[in-house]
Amino acid sequence: MTIQHNKVLQKPETFYDTFVRKGDSELKATHYCPGCGHGILHKLIAEAISDFGIQDKTVLVSPVGCSVFAYYYFDTGNIQSAHGRAPAVGTGYKRANPDSILISYQGDGDLAAIGANEIIQAANRGEAMTVFFINNAIYGMTGGQMAPTTLVGQKTTTTPYGRNSHNEGFPIRMSEIIATLEAPVYVERCMLTDAKNIAKTRKAVRKALKAQIDHKGFSFVEVLSGCPTGWKMTPQEAKNWIDSVLSKYFLPGVFKDVIEERESIVIKQEIPSPEDYHKLMDISHLSEKEDIVPTPEKGNFYEELKIAGFGGQGLLSLGYVIANVAMGHQYEVSWLPSYGPEMRGGTANCSVKISNKRIGAPLVANPTTLIVMNKPSLEKFENDVVSGGTIIYDSGLIDTPPSRDDVRVIGLPATEMADKLGSTKAANMIIMGIFAYLKKQIFSDRYIRWVLPRILKNKAFHEINQKAFQTGFDYADKHV
Amino acid sequence: MKKVLIKGNDAVVRGALLAGCRNFFGYPITPASEIAEGSALLFPRVGGTFLQAESEIGAINMLYGAASSGIRCMTASSSPGISLKMEGISYLAGSELPCVIVDITRGGPGLGNIAPEQGDYNQIVKGGGHGNYKLIVLAPNSAQEMCDLTMLAFELADKYRNPTVIMADGTIGQMMEPVKFPQPVTSFPKKDWAVKATAETRENLISSIELDPDRLEVHNQKLQKKYAIIEEKEVRCEEYRSDDAEILLCGFGIVSRLLQSVVDEMRAEGIPVGLIRPITLFPFPKKIIDAYASKKNVRFFNVFELNNGQMVDDVKLVVNGRKPVLYYGRMGGNLPTIKEISAEIMKNMRQL
Repeated sequence: MTIQHNKVLQKPETFYDTFVRKGDSELKATHYCPGCGHGILHKLIAEAISDFGIQDKTVLVSPVGCSVFAYYYFDTGNIQSAHGRAPAVGTGYKRANPDSILISYQGDGDLAAIGANEIIQAANRGEAMTVFFINNAIYGMTGGQMAPTTLVGQKTTTTPYGRNSHNEGFPIRMSEIIATLEAPVYVERCMLTDAKNIAKTRKAVRKALKAQIDHKGFSFVEVLSGCPTGWKMTPQEAKNWIDSVLSKYFLPGVFKDVIEERESIVIKQEIPSPEDYHKLMDISHLSEKEDIVPTPEKGNFYEELKIAGFGGQGLLSLGYVIANVAMGHQYEVSWLPSYGPEMRGGTANCSVKISNKRIGAPLVANPTTLIVMNKPSLEKFENDVVSGGTIIYDSGLIDTPPSRDDVRVIGLPATEMADKLGSTKAANMIIMGIFAYLKKQIFSDRYIRWVLPRILKNKAFHEINQKAFQTGFDYADKHV
Repeated sequence: MKKVLIKGNDAVVRGALLAGCRNFFGYPITPASEIAEGSALLFPRVGGTFLQAESEIGAINMLYGAASSGIRCMTASSSPGISLKMEGISYLAGSELPCVIVDITRGGPGLGNIAPEQGDYNQIVKGGGHGNYKLIVLAPNSAQEMCDLTMLAFELADKYRNPTVIMADGTIGQMMEPVKFPQPVTSFPKKDWAVKATAETRENLISSIELDPDRLEVHNQKLQKKYAIIEEKEVRCEEYRSDDAEILLCGFGIVSRLLQSVVDEMRAEGIPVGLIRPITLFPFPKKIIDAYASKKNVRFFNVFELNNGQMVDDVKLVVNGRKPVLYYGRMGGNLPTIKEISAEIMKNMRQL
């Protein structure tokens, strides 16, 4: 049957003149069945879009279900989405383009079953979109299976004996659920059974769209609709069933309307100039002029450190400082925290590699320098140190000194010393002083003093870090 | 000092911003959460949007919506989260939407663990979603590449209207290395196809549905042509000391860093090993591997992976029986040691 719309009613401008995207010969007729509510709701929406003058800035997200092809008809921007995901797709679109008008159009299986989370979350965030929800209590597109809104006792192809609440639960009332949320500004359930109800729906459609135009937030209009094909009824029987049965469970009405009370929220996106980028990205110090630019030693240099102890001793920071200092000397460096299988055994540790060649594996298996601040770490890593390497340990925290005689062993009560300076947290910088002294041929201690506050930016520790570094450096000068 | 010592995950965020990415949609998961956290911190500062989605499914569909507008946008997750995103990824590929997806891989299957594994190769490179699609897949192995390849990913995504994946393991994400940041990108390709909510783009439709089998076949053929062009033009591969190598090691991501150390150590002992590191996993460096497979002096290929042997299949397809292709892998999030890898190579040398 071909319905000659243009002879009966004027088509809204927001509908295409002919439905070319349908791809069949009936370019004036919709793909919807007689008695289906989609066509009426489409028309009400299209008229409202035209009347508000928002056709160019409107984007319609169509769902999966019978209205998957809404883009056949709406002469607006169109996005077709995955089953149930229209509110998420709409969220992404609207966030990317806040000046647009975004309509998410969904059916009951799409919105209340597979997409129940997406709709609740979009509503709860108060996304600046308008959702139109066709509730016809059945899956139309796939051939009449049970929907989350199918009534108890209603027969469908997957509830051949009627929906049984003990098996499938009860029909879900989405408008009532959405209305309990804080963010939505407007929630109404309408129907399309007669001229009076269509007029009500028309008003609701306009109110919901107007709310978005005025930047008020999320609005939701549920429309009870007939599905004579799915229900195996004539269009007239379908209307009667909505009136006498469906609308008695899904009561029409306004469930929430706070449009007037809510303030308009206009999102303005300000794009910074390219010059501001590095600053905004926390890397502006790159442009800082440096008064000390150390040069690396010529020849083959590499250092592999394992730094280990309890969490909270600042050992990952110590590794970070050493790696930064080496980077400042134009060496290749890598820093790897204990991660994955390395975390076994309860010690916090990091691997630092320094080389004048490209660094391969970042994990240090055989350190040239081992720094340890607790006993389990010493036990774990002592035997890994290369012959001729160095072990620096906190002799105040580790009562059994390393037993290796083929490595250089430096023990000092770094934590106690730091405590005397005013903070045990500075123990790591005392160790830094020791390490800097040992590597004074490689690393400029003047540079380290300059760069330290630029690496550890917390101003509260600038002074004590410098003091601790000097303490370690002097200690090494005297005792090593 | 014109470099910053920074974690790979943080380098991804900054690379994205420099590439002009404006929208980030994500869901927390270890070991990728730093990308979401870094984005939450920095995106609002450049007039962009960070949104923590309700789920991975929400996030990937938000990406679909944002990408439809033509804006540069990104999401990041880790293996189980990527599995959840697969539906959306198939739709993105079908609708030809440019976007960047970061996968900081972890141990599986199932909940697995948070340690570095490369078990996502098949789901990312071969397509974990339904349909005849391909993703462009980049596999960085340093913090610098986490920045640079993220920027490249946006460029390639736009150029081919194709979702592009940065696939790195947790080690690359957690490791800090010096990164030199490039200047921000200021000119972007025109996207005439995008739905921009303007009069000029009102006709545009973003969709992956096509009921007519003939038309859907045409669409699929068009996609395959695009993938063929990508295979022709966008291969990136690092060859390390491989010119005169008799034994070719092959690995990507963190494994390639280990293999680089192995090559250096074995070369120092006079063993002629070299490394082929695919930087693009799709397009796979077929021609490069093919050329080595034809070389007389090449004895065998040795593929190392942190999985049950996934990329090795692609190497075998290219080598096609001309040379032995051997595989060694660790799973569960374990990294092999340098010694372990060397011993495996030595064993293979003796046996072949």
